[in-house]
Amino acid sequence: MINPPASFRWLRRIVLLALTVFTLTPVAVMLSSSLKPLQDVQGPWRWIPSRLTFRPYVDIWTTVPLAKYFTNSLIVAGSATGLSVLIALLAGYAVSRYRFRGKKVFTVTVLSTQMFPGILFLLPLFLIFVNIGNSTGVALYGSRGGLILTYLTFSLPFSIWMLAGYLDSVPRDLDEAAAVDGCGPIRTLVQIIVPAALPGIVAVAVYAFMTAWGEVLFASVMTNDQTRTLAVGLQGYATQTDVYWNQVMAASLVVSLPVVAGFLLLQRYLVAGLTAGAVK
Amino acid sequence: MIDRKNAGQEATPSGAAPAPRRRRRYRPGRGALPYLLLLPALLAELLIHLVPMATGIVMAFKQLTQFFIRDWSAAPWSGFDNFSVALEFNAPIGKALLNSFWVTCLFTLGSVGLSWLIGVAASIFTQDAFRGRGLLRAAFMLPYALPVFAAVITWSFMFQRDTGLINHLLHDQLHLTDDKPFWLIGDNSFWALLTVSVWKSWPFAFLTLTAGLQNIPRELYEAAALDGAGVWQQIRRITLPSLRPVNLVLVLVLFLWTFNDFNTPFVLFGKSAPQAADLISIHIYQSSFLTWNFGQGSAMSVLLLLFLLLVTAVYLLATNRRRGDAE
Repeated sequence: MINPPASFRWLRRIVLLALTVFTLTPVAVMLSSSLKPLQDVQGPWRWIPSRLTFRPYVDIWTTVPLAKYFTNSLIVAGSATGLSVLIALLAGYAVSRYRFRGKKVFTVTVLSTQMFPGILFLLPLFLIFVNIGNSTGVALYGSRGGLILTYLTFSLPFSIWMLAGYLDSVPRDLDEAAAVDGCGPIRTLVQIIVPAALPGIVAVAVYAFMTAWGEVLFASVMTNDQTRTLAVGLQGYATQTDVYWNQVMAASLVVSLPVVAGFLLLQRYLVAGLTAGAVK
Repeated sequence: MIDRKNAGQEATPSGAAPAPRRRRRYRPGRGALPYLLLLPALLAELLIHLVPMATGIVMAFKQLTQFFIRDWSAAPWSGFDNFSVALEFNAPIGKALLNSFWVTCLFTLGSVGLSWLIGVAASIFTQDAFRGRGLLRAAFMLPYALPVFAAVITWSFMFQRDTGLINHLLHDQLHLTDDKPFWLIGDNSFWALLTVSVWKSWPFAFLTLTAGLQNIPRELYEAAALDGAGVWQQIRRITLPSLRPVNLVLVLVLFLWTFNDFNTPFVLFGKSAPQAADLISIHIYQSSFLTWNFGQGSAMSVLLLLFLLLVTAVYLLATNRRRGDAE
């Protein structure tokens, strides 16, 4: 804005302050409660702990099998991310560098699946997984494999789209130079394109990881006691009859750290990718 | 063409690497390569998205109750029975579905409207550089970055009747209420859900609009200021019209996400959402897994899909025509 008057500047201060409070209150609640002794969270709310304690951070690992949930989430989200990035890279490379019949149909179909309600896939996928298990013995239902397959597909449409856009910005001269040097398409992709597109690839990886790490609906149906992820395990923790809120808050904070750190570190690339579609 | 597809199908999605070796051996034309590169993505999409969607549509026409879960193809066909039960608004099932539909519409309207409004305000107010702007932007992105379940669990703690922050603020400190209200059961649950949803969605609007604002050249504002336009006129005449294309996509995306939202009510209320906050996704989920009548649940999902397609189509047509008129 040019020459904003004082009234505008004051309104700006007030609105931004209010939004900051609204946005950060849950984070402050999480942090302060996670440092409280149990009696503090069983009485009326208080901002400052009566005494600081790190006990909740120790107790969370024994009250519920948090380490198991954590491991499950790490395996599931990690594998889904790796596979999703790999598959999206191949597809994004094809979309960005080649003209072929059905390209438009492919991109539109893949992107539109992103918009459909998850509940629509849930029941059939559940039945398909159960029936595959019954007829072939491949346990997808209740296993981490089924969840990995599901999650990698969830992040795939957006990842392909983001990567194709990112690869478009990698100059084609690089490809041509590589071709002159005798590189085939795959070697060009691995040795030339991937290093040049690394920021975009990392951004897609963070997006895919966040998607898998936070998913609740399919995790609640497709996992059992052994394969339960944090998204479901933590909720069970918070809906017991006697909830140790200080521990639940400590656990929430611990499980948020990996994704929030990743997001904030890479926000520049992520934001560019996430908003590109709407802005272009 | 068919041979090549079969050759590629032996490779698992992760095993796409063998493709080049294969290619060198068979030396197919260049035309096959893009399809080989797409194959893993296609297979994953088919298995997880397209086949289940087709299956879901078939299931909606079957009498698929708990007795047929293990072998669903044995379930008898039931024609449009599942649909007519879902749409029989005088009977309990149809009535509950209709209630859930209205609740979802109201909720979506409120959440998308507020998220958009806050997003616009925040992006305009952070457009000019000031000290600490980067930090503020990072803080605004936190709700988007936090895992949904962790954030919503925290909100559910804040909404607890006796130990929560909200009642402490409203009742103990501001004395606005005579008694501590319940937030997670009864009619108040709608407002609790709306608050959490807006808190979670507005950062995306903010991100998108901030990116959109960067495309507006500063000279426009300078020229307007020279002509004597005040700040509000600059916003009304330059900023908002320039954001139009961004808004078109943003509102549609927010609408679809919010209308289909499952995570927020599921984590906030647990398995039984109160009637006032019974969003459509969680309603279908609960009625399917409560009765194990998957045919009925699929019919409701298909109806939901049809509704979303209709709204999207009308929206795109309307906005396209208006864009056409403007040119």
